[in-house]
Amino acid sequence: MSPTLHSIVAFVQAWWVELLCALLIVLVVPLIAGYIVLVERKVMADMQARLGPMRVGPHGLLQPIADALKLLIKEDLIPDNADQFIFWLAPVLSMTAALTSMGAVAFGPWFQVARDINIGLLFVVGVSALGPLGIVLGGWASNNHYSIIGALRSTAQLISYETTAGFALVSGFLLAGTLKVRTIVENQRNDHAWYIFLAPVGFFIYLIASIAETNRAPFDLPEAESELVAGYMTEYSGFRWSLYFLAEYANMIVVASVGTTLFLGGWLRPFPNVHWLGWLDAAPALLFAAVGAYCVFRAGKQPARVQSLFMWALAFACFVVAAIFALASPFSHLPLEKMHDGLYGAFWFLLKDSAYIYIFMWLRFTLPRFRFDQLMRLGWHILVPLALINVVDVSIALALSSEFGVNRWLAMVVTTAATLGAAMLLVRWNDKYSAAASAALLTDSSVAENSHAG
Amino acid sequence: MMPIGHYLFLSLALFLIGAIGVITRRNVIIVLMSIELILNAVNINLVAFSRYFGDVAGQVFALFIIAAAAAEAAVGLGIIIAFFRNRETVLADEMDLLKW
Amino acid sequence: MLDSVIFYFFASIAVVSAALMVTRRNAIHSAVFLITTLLATAGIFLQLRAEFLFSSQIILYVGGIMVLFIFVIMLVRLDVPLPQIRSRLQKWIALFVALAVGVEAGVVLLLARKVPGQGLLIPNPAPANQLHPNTEELARSLFGSYLLPFEIASVLLLVAMVGAVVMAKNRTGAP
Repeated sequence: MSPTLHSIVAFVQAWWVELLCALLIVLVVPLIAGYIVLVERKVMADMQARLGPMRVGPHGLLQPIADALKLLIKEDLIPDNADQFIFWLAPVLSMTAALTSMGAVAFGPWFQVARDINIGLLFVVGVSALGPLGIVLGGWASNNHYSIIGALRSTAQLISYETTAGFALVSGFLLAGTLKVRTIVENQRNDHAWYIFLAPVGFFIYLIASIAETNRAPFDLPEAESELVAGYMTEYSGFRWSLYFLAEYANMIVVASVGTTLFLGGWLRPFPNVHWLGWLDAAPALLFAAVGAYCVFRAGKQPARVQSLFMWALAFACFVVAAIFALASPFSHLPLEKMHDGLYGAFWFLLKDSAYIYIFMWLRFTLPRFRFDQLMRLGWHILVPLALINVVDVSIALALSSEFGVNRWLAMVVTTAATLGAAMLLVRWNDKYSAAASAALLTDSSVAENSHAG
Repeated sequence: MMPIGHYLFLSLALFLIGAIGVITRRNVIIVLMSIELILNAVNINLVAFSRYFGDVAGQVFALFIIAAAAAEAAVGLGIIIAFFRNRETVLADEMDLLKW
Repeated sequence: MLDSVIFYFFASIAVVSAALMVTRRNAIHSAVFLITTLLATAGIFLQLRAEFLFSSQIILYVGGIMVLFIFVIMLVRLDVPLPQIRSRLQKWIALFVALAVGVEAGVVLLLARKVPGQGLLIPNPAPANQLHPNTEELARSLFGSYLLPFEIASVLLLVAMVGAVVMAKNRTGAP
């Protein structure tokens, strides 16, 4: 067995960084997803003028751990006539799709499982297309009418907005000229612009499509049903439900990462090529130091001793992280300098990721929910034609700037204006068309006047 | 590098299993799924040869086969739905309207 | 070594799932096993360095066609196991014919190795790190020499889309 052992050892030696990243993803992402849930509840509370979870642990910081424990020790129920094999398989499929698609996402210039894969972001988009499969199989396996209806609606929504998201991403790929993750970010550095400035319509279409892709509000009718009546997650309890739930939040991280990589400059700091803004390089250390100082300031004002101890501990942790960032900067000549790119890149990437996810949460607690037919109409009647027109316009702008020497920014601005004009025409036409259609269907004129369509 | 015979055997095995599925099953939907399996076997064959000859035309053809398979599956399933609406069955031996 | 491990892993999953697929009585189980077969085939594509085809297979076949199949199986609602009319003869004939074809093709493949020269007369493949990037090669070919089939394929998909919508539409009531 020695040659086998040798080949295994050689494999691990060659790929140990990637294997470590993969292990970290599988172990850490569920924990991070749990804490994103806590952040969401705190943000929701903040927008609703209350405090959110405060009981479990200081300021509710142990809430995700309590929730995870509760879910793990719950009874595992399987409905009587449910299909056992598929009932087991469906949440596993969803979770596997979400975690596998993280394999090609680069959280910073060093942390990527599938380095140098030729089809980088297409791999991510493709594997996350396996998610809806888990949903529809789970809904069917529950042997429950409401589950099937919820699952079919959710899957229909997900596959519709996959098309839209794909087209929006294509406009970004046209600008980047490649599918490889690192090359996309390098091209954004070389072009001196994040692609959101060159193709803003593409970014916003992708934002809307990614909200629908992850079943978030205002497109969360499948989930709202589970709050009100039922949904594909009805018959799932305990650990199986937590798999679905974590898959949804992991999907959120994945779509945020794809949007960040392609449109928001990935791991580049703002204005990466402008030298006089080089002081922005000190931002990570300064930010953490500021948070630490704020914790010190609040520590004295805590009512209970354990809370002020906790604040001191948090301040200490922030200062340690700030010190690591400061020591990794090129000014100190320590061996930690080698980690400069990785650490700073990861910081900026996670900051933009968090901003993207914050926008998700912001929209969730601000906008009312879409009805299902409004959702499908928005997807197919407005967003898909707009995304197609956007792809054509971006191609025209690129062709103008490369073949005819028109200034790239001018071409982009003109074509973006054209796309926005097309968008307004689409919305106006759609309003007229659907108002006419619903007026034709409904005989009662007052109801027809009140029915807004999308 | 694997010798190409391995890929050809795999393709042959999948093709034959798909053919057995097409001939044996009553449920027309499963027959359609077996046809998809046959198309996949052909794809493996094409891509293996494309790799071994260094010509990307095999992969291009496989891509067209995937597109054609998607089109055929959509139309075939539409036909099945239309037939099911009329006759309430998806079993091949109950679809005998033209039998005398 | 790694190559053959990956190949045998995906190949065995593909063959076992395919065999399970054609023998299940429950149509949804068949669909799930077809999904595993398609994923294993995608793995084979990845091993053959056809990366774009790997992602196309997953997005189109598994994420599109199989979802369509599962939708239709649920619509048709005949996913309960049906009493099979045990037409034993048909099964054995099919098995025999398949075996005959398999043996024939296998003999051709095996004997061809004995042709003097290079076996199957196929040159050795280029080592993986000397390959052109797959997506760029494919794009160059697709938008270059195979542009006409590309456009025809898009027309084909449009026709199929229109046909499927017309065929599955409910004729009796409102649109």
